[in-house]
Amino acid sequence: MRIKIIIFFTILNFNILNAETFSVDSNKVLKNLRCLICQGQSVADSNSEFAQTIKLVVRDQINDGKSEKEIYDFLIEKYGAWIVYKPPLNKVNFVLWLLPYFVFIIGGGIIFLLFRKRDNR
Amino acid sequence: MQKKIIKLSILLLIIFIIGVFFIGLNKNSIYDTKSLVGQKITEIKLDHFSKNKIITGEDLRKNNFTLINFWSSWCGPCRDEHAMLLRLNNEKNLKLLGVNFKDKKNNALEFLNNLGDPYDYLARDELGKHSVNFGIYGIPESILVNKDLIIIKKFIGPISKDDYNYIKNIVRK
Repeated sequence: MRIKIIIFFTILNFNILNAETFSVDSNKVLKNLRCLICQGQSVADSNSEFAQTIKLVVRDQINDGKSEKEIYDFLIEKYGAWIVYKPPLNKVNFVLWLLPYFVFIIGGGIIFLLFRKRDNR
Repeated sequence: MQKKIIKLSILLLIIFIIGVFFIGLNKNSIYDTKSLVGQKITEIKLDHFSKNKIITGEDLRKNNFTLINFWSSWCGPCRDEHAMLLRLNNEKNLKLLGVNFKDKKNNALEFLNNLGDPYDYLARDELGKHSVNFGIYGIPESILVNKDLIIIKKFIGPISKDDYNYIKNIVRK
């Protein structure tokens, strides 16, 4: 009996985990979308005509089972990369994405060299 | 040697910061849809305004050029551009597709009765969802497409006299 209960809860747990993985959080998506006609507001924050329409479209796409990336790709195709606050990595903005890592590595290298120099003394 | 490296690093950092500001401040921060020119409009499925019918891309492929105009009776600038649309309706190579955006049917009909109907096709987008397929973010907006449904130009805001001349020149070529 105990084993059956454990198996039941294990399966239930897996189902819940899977459900969470597959469902797209509409609020998260809407917060990453820029309201093109507002100043400094996301679609989630705005109640403009444009934002209301985008909210409807995003919810429709989530109900159709589209992933977060598919929704962004669709809107980028229609409005350009400006619509997303966190733009995808491409050849124009790769420096912006990679620079922090370079700085981190170079900074680490400098610190390492300074420490080694101090030890040698 | 170490001093030289430090000096060079500071110099590079200053050049980098000036470069970022130079590019950033010269960039136009006002959003426009110029990047969409040359793109093909893929999914066209619009509900006909009065008939139980769907207007698709195939309907527009029959025309040499189509001007897709998004309008509404509650939109002031749409009234301003209406005279230009009526004039464009006389162009042989151009058909006009009007998309009535988030409007009440009666108000839209009254608007057309009062000001004239320039449209060859009239569609309705009650919730505004179809307009997203065309990259619309406010009205009035118009898109000039060719036979292959490739965007030739997007007109944000009402069609001006210059826009009218531009369209006329393109469709008469």
